[in-house]
Amino acid sequence: MARIESEVGTPQGGFMKWIDDRFPFTATMKYHVTEYYASKNFNFWYVFGVLSMFVLVMQFISGIFLTMNYKPDAAEAFASVEYIMRDVEWGWLIRYMHSTGASFMFIVVFLHMFRAMLYGSYRKPRELLWIIGMMIFFALMAEAFAGYLLPWGQMSYWGAQVIISLFGAIPFIGDALVEIIRGDYSISDITLNRFFALHVIVIPLALIALVFVHIVALHEVGSSNPDGIEIKNKKGPDGIPLDGVAFHPYHTAKDLVAIIIFLMFFSAVMFFAPDLGGYFLEHANFEPANMQVTPEHIAPIWYFTPFYAILRAVPNKLWGTILFAAAVMLPIFLPWLDRSRVSSIRYRGWIYKMALTLFVVSFISLGWLGMQPAEQIYVVWARIFAVMYFAFFLLMPYYTAIDKTKPVPDRVVYHG
Amino acid sequence: MTEDVDRNRRHFLAVATAVTGGAGIAMVAIPFLASLKPSARAQAQGAPVEVPIGSLEPGEMIRIVWRGKLVFVLRRSEEMLERLSATTEFLRDPDSEEVEQQPEYAVNQHRSVKPEFLVLEAACTHLGCIPLSQFDVSPAENWFGGFYCPCHGSRFDLAGRVYKGVPAPTNLRVPPYRFLQNDVILIGIDNTGAA
Repeated sequence: MARIESEVGTPQGGFMKWIDDRFPFTATMKYHVTEYYASKNFNFWYVFGVLSMFVLVMQFISGIFLTMNYKPDAAEAFASVEYIMRDVEWGWLIRYMHSTGASFMFIVVFLHMFRAMLYGSYRKPRELLWIIGMMIFFALMAEAFAGYLLPWGQMSYWGAQVIISLFGAIPFIGDALVEIIRGDYSISDITLNRFFALHVIVIPLALIALVFVHIVALHEVGSSNPDGIEIKNKKGPDGIPLDGVAFHPYHTAKDLVAIIIFLMFFSAVMFFAPDLGGYFLEHANFEPANMQVTPEHIAPIWYFTPFYAILRAVPNKLWGTILFAAAVMLPIFLPWLDRSRVSSIRYRGWIYKMALTLFVVSFISLGWLGMQPAEQIYVVWARIFAVMYFAFFLLMPYYTAIDKTKPVPDRVVYHG
Repeated sequence: MTEDVDRNRRHFLAVATAVTGGAGIAMVAIPFLASLKPSARAQAQGAPVEVPIGSLEPGEMIRIVWRGKLVFVLRRSEEMLERLSATTEFLRDPDSEEVEQQPEYAVNQHRSVKPEFLVLEAACTHLGCIPLSQFDVSPAENWFGGFYCPCHGSRFDLAGRVYKGVPAPTNLRVPPYRFLQNDVILIGIDNTGAA
């Protein structure tokens, strides 16, 4: 006994030594936080990764508290949400935090993805990091879709009806697949129950795993920067990149400011306009689900409308579904579609700048068109913008290769 | 030691283990996947429903629920049946050749057992919205009455046959049904068995 105590039990490096002998706590903190070096010239665009993690945590916490009062039962779901809103102390705050959080999650994730397109963050050696990020995006879409059924309002029901029907377009297995997704011959209590399981267990677990590997991959290849150059190529005598500063305290201090500014916007919406005029909470959803009446005008929530507009633009169910899926998945291939010699928009020529601008215009326009009724004029415009959207990706190998580029500096530079 | 390794034997054991384990996982997956199918209760609640149609006037339509889905039962007038010939050239599948969309006995111009009674699942074959009934005629738009889906603009005639150039790929589905008496139909089962 005495011998064993003298070997491991004597406190010689204090508590942390005791921990570190059993778990690599200090080493992990150094590797991922205090000695993880990211470029010193990060700008505004580089806060959205941290912000999306922040919103994810907010969604987990508010979501957990919502499950304590919500009932995943077609007969009770709608009423239980109203119960949370009216009778549970601060229930309205928790619920609005969660519903507003869903929209803000997509805002920050879209901006995070756009950052990658601005500065070529997806390019070698960060292809896998980008693919993992796209998988997180798909998981978020599934999470948002499953969550939208839970209040069991009219738009929950009919939105789910429309999207689940998409799977029916798959040849041969479509009908059987739809039946397995719903677990019934129509969307019912059974469907609600399983979407609840997906929303609170399956997809969140997948999200945690994906975010974990996203960060592991990021810390392996290192963060990109607005110049699109590798800071690891210029190291000081101490082996630290000359243009890198430690994530903590330097980047965390900046990110804290970003979080505070983010919370200002977030709170403004959450407290003063939680439905944001029908964009964040659609008005049809304030009526309980009714399988006998389709709402006059079905539109998905805003973050799905760009893809939904593409679906509607095609006068053929199978092709509509294929193009819808293609529009969502195409960004995966960006690392291989982009043939430019440079990564960052700072050193690209006018062609890419114009292409990216047109892409943003088409994405936002499709988003707006997806909210409009299915009238001919909107469909025609949706077709035009859908062509622009696809052209951005499919013509990219060509126009990035011929685009004139500017010389890239050796070290990162500051702009303004 | 390493020289003694029988690589063939080792490879065989590795493959055998993987195959056995894989087969086991596949077998265990079956109950889990099967649990996702409609349960016995869902199937029971999807049982056939009897619909009295004796009181339907020509041109009148009722909506009933079968398997949680809305079903239209429309009694077409003589005049409405005549209009079915006018639409033929604008239709994608006027002869109901798409076999999955109707039982055999509804493969005819009126897509029904008795010409005047139309039984249709009220789910647009595009994305499942409920089509609106618009029985008025406006020949200028090649419209001879029928069903219009407000979600994405699909159009169907008075036999639920889909127009060309709309997103819905097929005619509206006719559920299995049979006449119990002259004025009562049973939806969800026909002479060949349940759906």
